Amino acid sequence: MIPNATDLPVLKPFRPSSPLPGGERSDREAIRVRGFLSAHEFVTPSPRPSPLRGEGEGALRLGPSHLLFLIAALLLAVGIGQAAAAPAAPSILATLIKWTPLLAQGFALNIAMSFLAMGIGTALGFALGLGLISLHRPVRGVAWFLTEFFRNAPWLVLLFYCMLLLPFELRIGDTIIPLPGWMKSTLGLSLAVMANVAELVRGAVNSIPFGQWEASEALAFTRMQTLRMVILPQCIKRMTPPWMNLYAILTVGTPLTSVVGVSEAMTLTGDILAAENRSELLVPMYLYLLLWFFVYCYPIARFTVSLERRFQVR
Amino acid sequence: MAAWTPDQPLIRIRDVHLSFGPVQVLSGISLDVMKGDVICIIGPSGAGKSTLLRCVNALVPIDRGSILVEGQEVHDAKLDKLALRRKVGMVFQQYNLFPHRTALDNIMMAPIHVLKRPRGEVEQEARALMRKVRLEGKEASYPGELSGGQQQRVAIARSLAMQPDVMLFDEVTAALDPETVKEVLVTIRELAEEGMTCMIVTHEMGFAREIADEIYFTDRGVVVEHGPPAEFFANSRDPRTRQFLSQIL
Amino acid sequence: MINLNPLWDWFRTLHETTGINLTIFYDPFDRARFFNGFLTSLRLMAICLVASVVIGVVGAWIQRSRILLLRAVTQGYVQFFRNTPPLVQLYFFYFALGSYVRMTTPTGLSVPAISNFEWAAIGLSLYAGAFNIEIFRAGIEAVPRETIEAAEALGYSRLKAYVYIILPLAFRISLPALNNNLVNLVKTTTISYAIAVPEMLYVANQIWSDELNVPEMMNVLLVIYVSLVGLLVFVMGRWERAMRVPGYSPS
Repeated sequence: MIPNATDLPVLKPFRPSSPLPGGERSDREAIRVRGFLSAHEFVTPSPRPSPLRGEGEGALRLGPSHLLFLIAALLLAVGIGQAAAAPAAPSILATLIKWTPLLAQGFALNIAMSFLAMGIGTALGFALGLGLISLHRPVRGVAWFLTEFFRNAPWLVLLFYCMLLLPFELRIGDTIIPLPGWMKSTLGLSLAVMANVAELVRGAVNSIPFGQWEASEALAFTRMQTLRMVILPQCIKRMTPPWMNLYAILTVGTPLTSVVGVSEAMTLTGDILAAENRSELLVPMYLYLLLWFFVYCYPIARFTVSLERRFQVR
Repeated sequence: MAAWTPDQPLIRIRDVHLSFGPVQVLSGISLDVMKGDVICIIGPSGAGKSTLLRCVNALVPIDRGSILVEGQEVHDAKLDKLALRRKVGMVFQQYNLFPHRTALDNIMMAPIHVLKRPRGEVEQEARALMRKVRLEGKEASYPGELSGGQQQRVAIARSLAMQPDVMLFDEVTAALDPETVKEVLVTIRELAEEGMTCMIVTHEMGFAREIADEIYFTDRGVVVEHGPPAEFFANSRDPRTRQFLSQIL
Repeated sequence: MINLNPLWDWFRTLHETTGINLTIFYDPFDRARFFNGFLTSLRLMAICLVASVVIGVVGAWIQRSRILLLRAVTQGYVQFFRNTPPLVQLYFFYFALGSYVRMTTPTGLSVPAISNFEWAAIGLSLYAGAFNIEIFRAGIEAVPRETIEAAEALGYSRLKAYVYIILPLAFRISLPALNNNLVNLVKTTTISYAIAVPEMLYVANQIWSDELNVPEMMNVLLVIYVSLVGLLVFVMGRWERAMRVPGYSPS
């Protein structure tokens, strides 16, 4: 069973303004919905995909309006700030635009760190996940310990640990590899990702019906062959939505590195505000930064939900 | 260990005991299967019958007793399990096809990866097997696109691709709609007529009567009665057998 | 009071013999401030846990309202807090909003009306609350329509049905996801370091700046946090098992 999926019947969205989809839902349904439950004009997405396009998007149907909401808030803040500003100072909008290239550079570092940390963490996490399902008890024990340890450690503490206690350069023989701050932070983040991916792998493998193992065994596949050709390919599909969710969480976690001194978007925002030294810029600037992250993460969240829905067909 | 010859039983089960925790599932089962025999095992619902098949295939270990397949003791710690499973094919109640591969791939996977046979050869045989189970044209379909009966026939073809000496069928029609049961039974009958040794656990009494050489009735982990179908259904001696038959027939 | 001095002295000798410097044990001043940091962390965690669950329950209720505006606002809130970095949210609250929320003391000074601890509590509760709304919404959705209809047939009003029928079932269904989120919340409270809330991480930083014992403090921090979170995970797991309804499994 896919984690968090439910096979209980669920109330489908009721849209009074649009005609009820024909065929799948009859008037009988409409009357039932309109009865007691018309009060609950839920905007609830149905976990089962319906044959109609765009149906059942429910709560997330208000998608584009969130963005508008945020932009409206930003413009409002800009407007208020503008009114409060000294007349000689350049407009808030102009200031935001002026600093955008710098902010973009910082944000690029956030994205780069997120990709790297996700890549390294997924690779390590897969290996750790295989350790979690190993048949050898000591291997399982060590894997369990590592997974629990890095899942339970707060990310900021891991970052501090890596920043302060990892050397600033590695000496292997004659070569010196410098370890800049952002790289150490990325390593710290990838440890957290590793533990979460391992848990995902374990959950996905355990959700594959036992019959698949039996059939493979009956066909004389070895355990490695079974994992490689039967179990893991089926796991990839199940793992993808929560894995993407993890990426979103990682991305909104990259500003933590600013606390340990990495010069990414959050740090730069602080620097910009210090340089400009205008109190009316505070709210718009932070809202602007939040907007950057929102614009990046929200589509990922929507895509994840649609993937989840598609994969629940079975 | 003397080499096995066809005058000895292909499968020889002697006094097998097995318990899962406090529950005694098999309490001294013995039976013989000669090459070419088709034996049907019937009995009340309980884990015993399916478990027995799994013991023959070394999917489940036994507590006591002996199972010889072609003269080889199955529950030997040093047994080459893979070699055993190339000789013994198994078809499950829930078909257990690999959902992420096409029907043809399902059939081809084991011969290629386990028997290490060349792909071209295996593909030809796989297509022939699809024709044999009357699923020509469905090679590129995924299990999710096939009906239950079709999936079960692919499962049978998949086991046949390993060219086993004996086929085990574990209530293979129990999960099917009545309309599709027949197509699977026809396939099994054809196999039997071609001389494949079969051990079939089933509830389909009419089918059992038709194709079995020997019928075994088990209850609570032991063989209560056995005999050729005509005699078995007409003149069963044990009261438990008669009670069971009266409930079903 | 039990005399723990022998225990503290052991740590002092540890420092003298091996160089492992754990002043938080043998130095009374450091001991006191680390302990206070620990308590502050616990206080912050407790407040945020409770507040975020309340926000989740109330928000899930509002999401079922007839009024489109209410639903839109709630959804906007949820999507905003879910798709933006909690650290930036915290900075926004403390620095940006905080600059407008000031009060004047009797002596005429302008000081922040909401302290950094309070902002941290507000920000983190809103952050975790947003996730909880989604979690409870999914749980409510999973309650079968038939059950709700049965409640209606028995004459339950909307509110009563929500409180007595839907919420208990939805709660059990969403418990695993809720526990996950609460554990994450406890881990996330460490970001309040960034706005100088004197919780464990912040105090540890002060200590290692004074005593120059970074590795020891980092290790102590790691061990304490992992154990604390591990304990919470364990307790949540027991709670989950205790709440399980026999024979009822939506998944």
